[in-house]
Amino acid sequence: MGVGVKVRVWGNYALFSRPEMKVERCSYDIITPSAARGILEAVYWHPGMRWVVDKIHVVNPVQFTSVRRNEVKSKILASNVLQVYNGAKKPLYISTKADIVQRASLLLRDVEYVIEAHFEMTERANETDNPGKFKDIIMRRLRRGECFHMPYFGCREFPANFCLCEEEDIRTAYDEVEEKDLGFMLFDMDYSDRTHIQPMFFRAVMKQGVLDLRDCEVVR
Amino acid sequence: MSEVIKNRYEFVVLFDVENGNPNGDPDAGNMPRIDPESGLGLVTDVCLKRKIRNYVETVKEDTEGFKIYIKEDIPLNRSDREACKSLGIEETEDKKVTDALKKLKKSDPDADIKLRDYMCSNFYDIRTFGAVMTTFVKASLNCGQVRGPVQIGFARSIAPVISQEVTITRVAITTEKDAENKSTEMGRKSIVPYGLYRAEGYVSANLARKVTGFSEGDLELLWEAIINMFENDHSAARGKMAVRELIVFKHSKELGDCPAYKLFDAVEVRKKEDVEYPRKYQDYTVEIHEEKIPDSVEVKRMV
Repeated sequence: MGVGVKVRVWGNYALFSRPEMKVERCSYDIITPSAARGILEAVYWHPGMRWVVDKIHVVNPVQFTSVRRNEVKSKILASNVLQVYNGAKKPLYISTKADIVQRASLLLRDVEYVIEAHFEMTERANETDNPGKFKDIIMRRLRRGECFHMPYFGCREFPANFCLCEEEDIRTAYDEVEEKDLGFMLFDMDYSDRTHIQPMFFRAVMKQGVLDLRDCEVVR
Repeated sequence: MSEVIKNRYEFVVLFDVENGNPNGDPDAGNMPRIDPESGLGLVTDVCLKRKIRNYVETVKEDTEGFKIYIKEDIPLNRSDREACKSLGIEETEDKKVTDALKKLKKSDPDADIKLRDYMCSNFYDIRTFGAVMTTFVKASLNCGQVRGPVQIGFARSIAPVISQEVTITRVAITTEKDAENKSTEMGRKSIVPYGLYRAEGYVSANLARKVTGFSEGDLELLWEAIINMFENDHSAARGKMAVRELIVFKHSKELGDCPAYKLFDAVEVRKKEDVEYPRKYQDYTVEIHEEKIPDSVEVKRMV
């Protein structure tokens, strides 16, 4: 392939929300392919390329913890902003007293993964873009720890440390576990039709600590 | 307004609490948050962001460009109707407003972006931490989601903390009925006798430049807010809280010079060896291992 990379990522906490439990958020057992893609995009991304996650190695055992926080439940209303933008004199803010809601989150703790991925060129690449160039930029950034913004595990309060993984042999906590079925997981969102974004799911089966995504069946 | 920041930053904040509750856990009857396995105390990211917002609000008093979007009081949407009038929309039906918006959307495809930029330039907290906005066009990607450059993780204490229940009494009784039967009421407070907490944060110059326009001036204000975040936040529950150290790493480039974890690892906070139960800041030593930090990264101790 030549354009593949291996990235080791780790952090204290992680939260990959299950879509079916997202009010009181509950994390998946392991990182989703879309979250892994997000981490890579935080390091480097360009319209001329597309990240494809091949394999995820689950290095640390899966452990959960929970945190309940005061959150606000409303978003900024675009209509309100427009009115103020057009010169209306009115207060524009969210009051936490009125909009407060307490929500628990079931988090993962002490996570570490190795993400194996490659990128493909898209038709939005410029004439001067080529896989070699992208690859060089990516490797440089991974080695130096440069990033567009700090990558995170599902939510921004759970930063993800990252480095280039140079080991050939990756040890995981589940090396001895032949097969562990994690059930249906979110694969990614399908953005091909921008007015109708669709989630895609797949059956996650971890074999000896590795989730292989290269040849998995995706259901919509 | 001053220029948009050009360097990536990381920062470590050390703050301590004496006989207070830095961050109550709604799951545990408002006792201090404690990681059940390690016994380390926790303070959530949102708790610290709240303090920063409060400080900026107090200092800037809603001046132009430094408004705070997420406030602690006054209800939302109070004068929607008033606003419609000044827009020239006399009807106060919600439907009419929606129609006007639709029309605008048709004539101006960048309306979402314009509004986003308007929000960023007016609100300090949106420029700093980001915000989520509804959009006019359904599923129009990301126009409504603003990721701010400043990202803060959970703060954890250096040593395990214990939480102590303090039972208190009061002589004033709330209801007439209770007053007939008893002369005092019991209440309880949870306190941490002492805890030194460490929070780590990141500032992305890229997001500042491409999205929110977070400027050098804003950054100065952020440092000031972090240093003083507990100074205007005294209350019966908090006890004595203070920021003891703010260590800022300034990279020489927009993308940074080295991984963040290397910088964080270079800051070592240790309990002094002869101390069994830490009860004051002086029971700890803070050491910055300069040799682990690349020369191009500038280290500043701001407190």
